[in-house]
Amino acid sequence: MNWLLAIQRFPPPEFTETGHQLPGFAVPMPRGPWLDHLDAAVLVVALALAAWFALRHRSRRGLVALGIFSVLYFGFWRKGCICSIGSIQNIAQGLADSSFGVPATVLVFGLVPLAFALLFGRVFCSSVCPHGALQDLMLLKPVRVPVWLEHGLRMIPHMYLGLAMIFAATGGGYIICQYDPFVTIFRFSGTVLMVSCGIGLLVLGIFVGRPYCRFICPYGALLGLVSTVSKWRVRITPDTCTQCRLCEQSCPFNAINSSTIEAPSRTVRADKWRLAAMIVLLPVLVGGFGWLGGTTGKSLMRNHRTVKLAGRVYLEETGKAPGTTGSSAVFRASGTPVERLYADARVVSDRFVLAGRLCGVWIALVIGGKLIALSIRRKHHDYEADRARCVACARCFQSCPQELQRLGLPVPEGAPLVPPP
Amino acid sequence: MKRRAFVRSAARVAAAIGLGGVLAGLVRKATSGGTVWQIDPWKCTQCGRCATACVLEQSAVKCVHSFDLCGYCRLCTGYFEPQPNALNTAAENQLCPTGAIFRTFVEDPYYEYTINEPLCVGCAKCVKGCTMFGNGSLHLQIRHDVCVHCNDCAIARACPADAIHRVPADQPYQFKRSRETA
Repeated sequence: MNWLLAIQRFPPPEFTETGHQLPGFAVPMPRGPWLDHLDAAVLVVALALAAWFALRHRSRRGLVALGIFSVLYFGFWRKGCICSIGSIQNIAQGLADSSFGVPATVLVFGLVPLAFALLFGRVFCSSVCPHGALQDLMLLKPVRVPVWLEHGLRMIPHMYLGLAMIFAATGGGYIICQYDPFVTIFRFSGTVLMVSCGIGLLVLGIFVGRPYCRFICPYGALLGLVSTVSKWRVRITPDTCTQCRLCEQSCPFNAINSSTIEAPSRTVRADKWRLAAMIVLLPVLVGGFGWLGGTTGKSLMRNHRTVKLAGRVYLEETGKAPGTTGSSAVFRASGTPVERLYADARVVSDRFVLAGRLCGVWIALVIGGKLIALSIRRKHHDYEADRARCVACARCFQSCPQELQRLGLPVPEGAPLVPPP
Repeated sequence: MKRRAFVRSAARVAAAIGLGGVLAGLVRKATSGGTVWQIDPWKCTQCGRCATACVLEQSAVKCVHSFDLCGYCRLCTGYFEPQPNALNTAAENQLCPTGAIFRTFVEDPYYEYTINEPLCVGCAKCVKGCTMFGNGSLHLQIRHDVCVHCNDCAIARACPADAIHRVPADQPYQFKRSRETA
């Protein structure tokens, strides 16, 4: 105990002459818990509003207003933390580590948007998430991303999601927060790398719709997965789709699935063979990537603090390295037995190999799943918003002549209309 | 179509059960108040990274002074440079790079040292001097009126001694205390 020693050095004085009183010092407290609860309440109300605007009121204007509010409140006022995207790491760590308690507010931020996605689709992304809302507001000159690139890049969020969960659960840190590009903008400070990433993504977002949401955001991937089975969904047309194709170009996020009525039908036989091949390929991918991940984990673990220190101390103990380094000196001053350090290092290295294997398996599952999904040809009659990709921004609504008719707005010449029921 | 709808509702129910399971697993050990980051002063090795690793331009880490531990030394090793020219408040004698420590005379031979927090950058130079040669009454703490409470504390990541960890928000400080007041 360093401090017992320290106190013996110079006993605190009595101040017999002046009777001097020891001054106190300020103890500024963090914001009260009720403010955290207020944040959670604001989140739930905003989600309910977003669902109402997107699905029932069908108002783009309402969503934009809500988005501006979210950017100001969750972004600039609350400085981005805690956010739903990051909270899933706390939840993963809480599930993996029995001693790690997750605050109630963090649970609300992590789970309530998922529950909403299960009911209404990705209404959280539309205007409640400050990251999404900020990018949505930036999109001024939409450029379409080629479909093949879209499919390829859309795999990144799923991989990122798995890696972030595995990292958080195995004690590898919160990579989502560490590499969050927009939180630096909300705080007006951050590392040069992340500030430039944030500004770069915002500028890119003027042309490419929501680049972070579509090609990076791990929470978006999770919401997309949940949304594929949502109870209700965003509908482009308020009543009947007439396959007029007017909405086809309205989505800047490639989230509208065209009607397959007029699509050229490939031979079903070739499709079936391809699907079978992809299903057979999946275990091969899982095995290969799992092995690769384990090997990568093994080489990465050497950079871990404990493993490095154990290696250094081992060299010192066996007399292969003279003297001490900074961290080995701190370790020796702490008086911890060397065996304990070696045991800790073993635990860490086992965890690295396990995490590496899990990451590999997850990446293989994402790639394999994508290949299988691409081999399945879904038939659908109408133009529909894709359940997983649609972020409920409501841009497509007013391209539909049925919607214009419903609102009493002028309908384009020659658009096929179905009289309202 | 019927089959697809059935599969979808089955998957929805499964997802809802999954969400409920996660909630049930975590809600028992959930705390109603949040957590904040704090430095354990007994683990701190005064490496100085607190001053630069914080995401804020001016670090949320400040030096605080536990007066009940302080020896009120005339030659304070937290205040003066090693081998100072004279024991006075001249800038060239001070260890603190921003002059954030005030030295006031109390009674012979005692001097009181107070931190001017807005000037402090959390570089731990004074903490190191005080801990190595004095009573260790100067120590670093994260100030919660400055801290923005990142979900992933950048200083905690940079800390070589693993001294920064989450503490309950209703007990947000870990001040050094003498045995009498602890």
